[in-house]
Amino acid sequence: MLSVKGLEVYYGAIHALHGVSFDVAQGEIVSLIGANGAGKSTVLKTLSGLLRAKNGEAFFMKHSLRAMEPHSIVQAGLAQVPEGRRVFQQMTVQENLEMGAFTQRDRAAIEQGFEHVFARFPRLKERRRQLAGTLSGGEQQMLAMGRALMSVPKLLMLDEPSMGLSPILVNEIFSIIAEVSASGTTILLVEQNARMALSIAHRAYVLETGRIVMSGDAKELLGDDAIQKAYLGH
Amino acid sequence: MIVLRQLINGLHVGSIYALIALGYTMVYGIVKLINFAHGDIIMVGSYVAMVLMAQAGLPFWAAMAASMALCGILGVTMERVAYKPLRSLPRINSLITAIGVSLLLQNTSQLIFSPNPQPFPTAFKVPPVSIGGLDIGFITLFTIVVSVGLMLALQAFVRATKMGKAMRAVSEDMGAAQLMGINVNTTVSVTFAIGSVLAAIGAVLYSSAYPSIAPTMGSLPGLKAFIAAVLGGIGVLPGAMLGGFIMGVAESLTKGFISSQLADAVVYGILIVVLLVKPSGILGRRTNEKV
Repeated sequence: MLSVKGLEVYYGAIHALHGVSFDVAQGEIVSLIGANGAGKSTVLKTLSGLLRAKNGEAFFMKHSLRAMEPHSIVQAGLAQVPEGRRVFQQMTVQENLEMGAFTQRDRAAIEQGFEHVFARFPRLKERRRQLAGTLSGGEQQMLAMGRALMSVPKLLMLDEPSMGLSPILVNEIFSIIAEVSASGTTILLVEQNARMALSIAHRAYVLETGRIVMSGDAKELLGDDAIQKAYLGH
Repeated sequence: MIVLRQLINGLHVGSIYALIALGYTMVYGIVKLINFAHGDIIMVGSYVAMVLMAQAGLPFWAAMAASMALCGILGVTMERVAYKPLRSLPRINSLITAIGVSLLLQNTSQLIFSPNPQPFPTAFKVPPVSIGGLDIGFITLFTIVVSVGLMLALQAFVRATKMGKAMRAVSEDMGAAQLMGINVNTTVSVTFAIGSVLAAIGAVLYSSAYPSIAPTMGSLPGLKAFIAAVLGGIGVLPGAMLGGFIMGVAESLTKGFISSQLADAVVYGILIVVLLVKPSGILGRRTNEKV
C-alpha cells in the first residue's frame, strides 16, 4: 500500500534522512520506533508533503507522493495525526472535526463520519461545542485522531500519540488505535514508547540517526536483546 | 449637539479605517505579513472609480463594482507574484517585498496619472438626511451603513462557511490545516481577494469623503488603518473593526474640541498607551511562540 525507497531529506544543511526504505501492506499496523531526533517525524512530514525529499521515492497506492501537494495527499487517502496533536485551539470540537472532513464533498458521508467518530469518542460528542483549547491532553489527542478519521483515510499515520499522556490514557489511546486498525484502516505508527508500539504492531522498523537499522516482526523485536537494551530499558 | 455631530463624523472615518484595517488583519492572520502595499490598493481603487465615473461616465455603482473586481484581482496577483515565492523564507523578505510592491504601485500610478492631485467626482447629489434635528450627510450615513453591513457579513462568512473556517484553521496552524486537506494557496488567495475588495470599497467611500486623489494618497489611510488593526489586536477581525472606530472617533473628537493639529498625536498616543498596557492589542490574544 505504501512503499518508501531511499528517502533522503535535508533541513537546510542538516541531512535528516539518509535513504530510508520501508513498506506498509494493506491492513497492517507498522511501527517506526527510535530515539528522539532519529528522524521519525521527518518521515511522516515528508510523506504528507510538508517536507520535500531530495532523493528517493514514496508510492502510496500508485500515487507518487513526491509530486503531490499536501491537500491532494489527504484526498488520496493518506492522513496524519501530527505530533503534539495540533488541534485548532480557537475552534470548537465540532469545527475541528469539520476541518478533518474538508476533502469530503458528500454531506451524507460527512454526517456518517461524525457518527463514527462520536461513537468511537463519546467524550468528543459531549464537548462538541467547546473550544478545542479547553480540552485536556487526552481529549485533544482523541480529537486529533477523530479529526484525521473524518477524512476516511485508507492509511492513518500517527506521530507520537502517547506523548505527554498518563499511562491509563496511553492504554486507552492504543486500544483505540487497535480498534481503528480492526475496522479496516491501515496504520503507520511513530512512537518513542517502543514497548507500547511493538505490543500492538505487526511489524516494526527501528530508525537511528536517519537510517533504518533494524526491521522485522514486532513480537520478535520486542524479545530482541539489542532492542531491549536500547529502547525498552532492560 | 456638537458632540453628537463629531461622534457621527468619527464613525464615518472610523468605519472606513475599519474596512481597510480588515484587509491588514486578515492577511496578517493568515500569512503573518504586514502587507504595506495594502494602502496603495486604496489608491488604485480610487483611480479606477474616478476614471470610470469622470471619463467613461459610468454610474457610481458600476464604477464601484469594477473597482472592487479590479482590486480583488490585483490583490490576488500581488500575492501570487510577489509574496507566495517567499512564503517559506524568513518574514523580513516578504516585508521588504511589500514595501517594493507599494513603491511600484505608486510610481506606476504617477506615470499614468501624473503626481498631481485630481478631483474625485461627487457621487451623490442628495440632500442631507435629518435624524432628530441633526442633519447627516448622505455619504456619511451610506458609509456607516455599508461598512457595518460588510463587517457583519464578513464575520458571518468566517464563522459559518467552509472557506471561512478553513481561513481560521490556516491562520491558527498552517501545517495542521494542510494535513486536513485544506489547500493553503487557495485560502491565501481568497484572503487577499476579500481584503482587497474591502479596500476598494473603503477607497471609494474615502475618496467620496475627501474628494482629491493622488498616487500617494493610500499612505495615510493605509497607515491609520494599520494602526487601527494593531490597536484592536492584529489578526483578530472584531479587533480591526473596534480599532477603526476608536481611531475615527478619537480623531474626530480631538479635531472638534482640542485642535486639528493634535488629532494624529492623540491617536498615536492612544496606540502607545494600549500597547504599553496590552501589547497584543485590545482584543488580541496572547501569542504563544511555537517552538
